[in-house]
Amino acid sequence: MQIYLPIAEMSVNAFLLLGLGGAVGVLSGMFGVGGGFLMTPLLIFIGIPPAVAVATEANQIVASSFSGVLAHLRRKTVDIKMGLVLTAGGATGSVIGVQIFKALRELGQVELLVSLCYVVFLGVVGGLMFIESLNAIRKVKAGVTVPKRRHHSWVHGLPFKMRFRQSKLYISAIPPYLIGVAVGILAAIMGVGGGFIMVPAMIYLLGMPTAVVVGTSLFQIIFVTGLTTVLHATQNQTVDAMLALLLLLGGVIGAQIGARIGVRIRGEQLRILLAIMVLAVCFKLGYDLVATPSELFSIGDGAGH
Amino acid sequence: MIRILAFLGAALTMATGGAQASTPERIIASLSQKSVGITTDFDGSQIFVFGAIERDRLADERDEELDVIIAITGPDQRVILRKKDRRFGIWVNAESVEIDAAPSFYAVASSGPLQGILSETSDLRHRITIDKAIRLVGEAGKVANPGEFSEAIVRIRRDKGIYFEDIGGVEIISGTLFQTTVDLPANLVEGDYQAKVFLLRGGRVVDDFATKIEVRKVGLERWLYNLAHEHSLLYGLFSIFVALLAGWGASEVFRQLRR
Repeated sequence: MQIYLPIAEMSVNAFLLLGLGGAVGVLSGMFGVGGGFLMTPLLIFIGIPPAVAVATEANQIVASSFSGVLAHLRRKTVDIKMGLVLTAGGATGSVIGVQIFKALRELGQVELLVSLCYVVFLGVVGGLMFIESLNAIRKVKAGVTVPKRRHHSWVHGLPFKMRFRQSKLYISAIPPYLIGVAVGILAAIMGVGGGFIMVPAMIYLLGMPTAVVVGTSLFQIIFVTGLTTVLHATQNQTVDAMLALLLLLGGVIGAQIGARIGVRIRGEQLRILLAIMVLAVCFKLGYDLVATPSELFSIGDGAGH
Repeated sequence: MIRILAFLGAALTMATGGAQASTPERIIASLSQKSVGITTDFDGSQIFVFGAIERDRLADERDEELDVIIAITGPDQRVILRKKDRRFGIWVNAESVEIDAAPSFYAVASSGPLQGILSETSDLRHRITIDKAIRLVGEAGKVANPGEFSEAIVRIRRDKGIYFEDIGGVEIISGTLFQTTVDLPANLVEGDYQAKVFLLRGGRVVDDFATKIEVRKVGLERWLYNLAHEHSLLYGLFSIFVALLAGWGASEVFRQLRR
């Protein structure tokens, strides 16, 4: 069944989009990532203009993360206080990010910088997570109990200390706020929720327990992508409601299934799977940047936004 | 069908009319529809173009060298064409050319091979072939090889199926009547489309006829597009509301299923 998208101005197969939304939704619920880092490149690949793909994907992530966070709230695996601090940072970041996106669009380098961002961030995050979780799995197999890491560094000397009960942490609010800002910028530029950066940042930089990380990440993603959607809609007019609807119908169902699979898998196994997936996308995008393209020319919209 | 028959009748009357000194031949044409509505399930459309050649004598062997070309053009767009180049080992957008006017859609149907039936001068004057319809003005001097850019836009849009030719697609019946069908693809852009019919003799355009096809988004498509552009904040909030509703809905459904 073909559906005409009013903003992208093209006709697409509805079942293809429902299927894509569903598959990415499962991953989203499992790992606490919005799935945008998979979906945005896929949408561009099927011919959706990059600007529309990025903005619409932000809207779709609102739905899948809301669906996921409700499941996590019931299991009480959301640190709302931590989530709000991250959201405050995320809001600042997404305002900055949408401005950067607008400027890059005028320069004609949006695609390149989006790709470069993907390759760098996915590569670093995926690589680190892969090594760490591989070590953790080895230790578990060897029967060694992993010692709880407690690093007392300069981070603990910062002001605005807050107690995050759910995360069993007593730290300054500044590091989570800054992480929020960074992820907010990336969310707006890359059309992602930023979960793939947020999740490892919470585990390794803030030292939060993995069980709380997924729900908390989803919690803040709702707000950041919600804001990103409104900003893209008002400044670029690139949110395609029809496209978003098709993706999120598949996505919300997938997220529910994913959340249920997620609780049955051990933390380090979950992390290694996510790492492998992140690295795979990174290699694909990196290869596309280096390999000689079959078509050297591309048509951009000359309206000069 | 009745309309076609009416035309047939009209054409015959004209053809059998006076026997005075030959006045130039003229073309009469019409389309099966003057407007196309893009609905949610829009999957392309077909336009039937038909007409007759009007002259003050009976059609004879001289009229075998007559040809008809039908061109349907989408609204002109200003586009930027970018060429990738390898810099520091990766492919980046380097040279770019702003094209003043490139049609968003271009379909040409003809009664014979274009090089054979259309002279270069007529093509230049009426901008019939795809290459002539694209205007590279001013900016062309900025790049080493401007021709490469106009070729590229034609190539990319041909691959997308929005520029195409139907050589031999126009059927001429007894040197008087002609007809063809043009397929409009699903990825159509909104706007006023021009349908032009050219009558040619010996490579020269003898007469031409032009009319407009209105392509418009209708219903839900129209509503969403207007909302997005005229009330963008409302549209953004509405999008989020739909997203939250869907997220909550799925969560509730699955909770019920688990019980």
